[in-house]
Amino acid sequence: MAAIDIAIAEKRFPAIAGAPERVIFRDFALAVPERSFLVLLAPSGLGKTTLLNIVAELDRDYSGAVRFDPASPRIAYAFQNPRLLPWRTVLENVALPLGPEDEGRARAMLAEVGLSEQASAYPERLSLGQQRRVALARAFAVEPEVLLMDEPFVSLDEAGAARLRELLRRLLARRPATVLFVTHDSREAVELASRIVVLGGTPARIVRDLPVTLSPAERADPAAIDAVRRGLLPAAE
Amino acid sequence: MAAAASPSSSLMRRIGSSLAMTALSLALLVLAWQAAAMLVASSLLPGPAAVTAALARAAEGGALVTNIAITLGRVAASFLIAMAVGSMVGIALGRSPALDRIFGPWVIVLLNLPALVVIILCYIWFGLTEAAAVTAVAINKIPNVAVTMREGALALSRDLDEMARVFRFGPWKAMRHVVLPQLAPFFAASARSGLALTWKIVLVVELLGRSNGVGFELQTAFQLFDVATVLAYALAFTAVVQLIEIGVLQPWERHANRWRR
Repeated sequence: MAAIDIAIAEKRFPAIAGAPERVIFRDFALAVPERSFLVLLAPSGLGKTTLLNIVAELDRDYSGAVRFDPASPRIAYAFQNPRLLPWRTVLENVALPLGPEDEGRARAMLAEVGLSEQASAYPERLSLGQQRRVALARAFAVEPEVLLMDEPFVSLDEAGAARLRELLRRLLARRPATVLFVTHDSREAVELASRIVVLGGTPARIVRDLPVTLSPAERADPAAIDAVRRGLLPAAE
Repeated sequence: MAAAASPSSSLMRRIGSSLAMTALSLALLVLAWQAAAMLVASSLLPGPAAVTAALARAAEGGALVTNIAITLGRVAASFLIAMAVGSMVGIALGRSPALDRIFGPWVIVLLNLPALVVIILCYIWFGLTEAAAVTAVAINKIPNVAVTMREGALALSRDLDEMARVFRFGPWKAMRHVVLPQLAPFFAASARSGLALTWKIVLVVELLGRSNGVGFELQTAFQLFDVATVLAYALAFTAVVQLIEIGVLQPWERHANRWRR
């Protein structure tokens, strides 16, 4: 059985403030195998974040079901904004989801993302890239079995985003997890994914489902990445 | 050289010059008061010297200190009750639209009920007791606190709430680390306005139904047309409240805001 089994009969946004009612998903099914890195690729506004929120059980206002195997796994979520507590230090932000005796684990995580020096700083004094590193540290500190990521590297310059992708790969190598990663950037998708699912249309359906079998070396090679992207692009537009 | 000054020394200089400005402004007020007193030349408008003498007279047997302490005790009791109850009511109304629809109008009614009415009703229903006095003041203040805290609860970040849910903070951790820090500025605002309102109403409560405290002394002086004593008590008590503001509220606010850039 898959680690995450998503079956949404219907998810709709009610009409508010003049905007008509919208059906986001209808008879939508997606199975995420254990330890896979599944990237959901779609343009903005298609319901990718909604799907992650449903999996995270933040959004329960839909008909259907999400099943996990094993049931009720540890879930971590890297949001589009880092969502750190500005009134708590970097270390406290990473340590808060953990038990009181796990401060050592939080410190070790901060060291792994290269932020030991900033442990006692407040998040707003950090750059956006550093804040995203803190959010990654917080997510991995809970040792998640399921990791949800919603465009976690958006609005960084390309070099900064590349460094964070590299960091993410390193973290995952040490603590394997089932990853559901949302993006609209096909280059990012190919670089990270073991499988890419392209969504399109309203209500959203799967228009392409593509395994990515590149080696780590090929993932660093722009030509190899572009070759895979060519297979994706017409559908992603 | 000014260009070489460090930021902290320029801050100190700014605070110093603003203190000097305040002192100058207050000195001007005293001067105008003195001039008016000399012009009117009546015991109904005593000058600064006469008020200082009255202050010394009141302080002599310890009456001034005792009465201010008694009044401060009442202010503290009713202030704490009002902040606690008002915060709970406000947060509940802000978090639950259903509760707000049912009880929101009650808060508006209470907000517009004259303080005097509440005081009279409390004295009639509960007798001329300490508990009635403190209750009356607290009831006057609770709706103000509730309205401010409701605004704060309405402005709570959904993003952070979701974060706390995904990472399984639990209710206690979420309250302490996510909700309360967001409410701190609203709490500070209602504490600030609350202190000012509370001590003014405490004086009225004392005037109407207590046999000690600053309000009672003011009433006695009023009956004797002793304006110097009235002003002496008013000035002394205002100074004490000002000290609380500078010594307690402002440092707490600075501490609560230390994470801001």
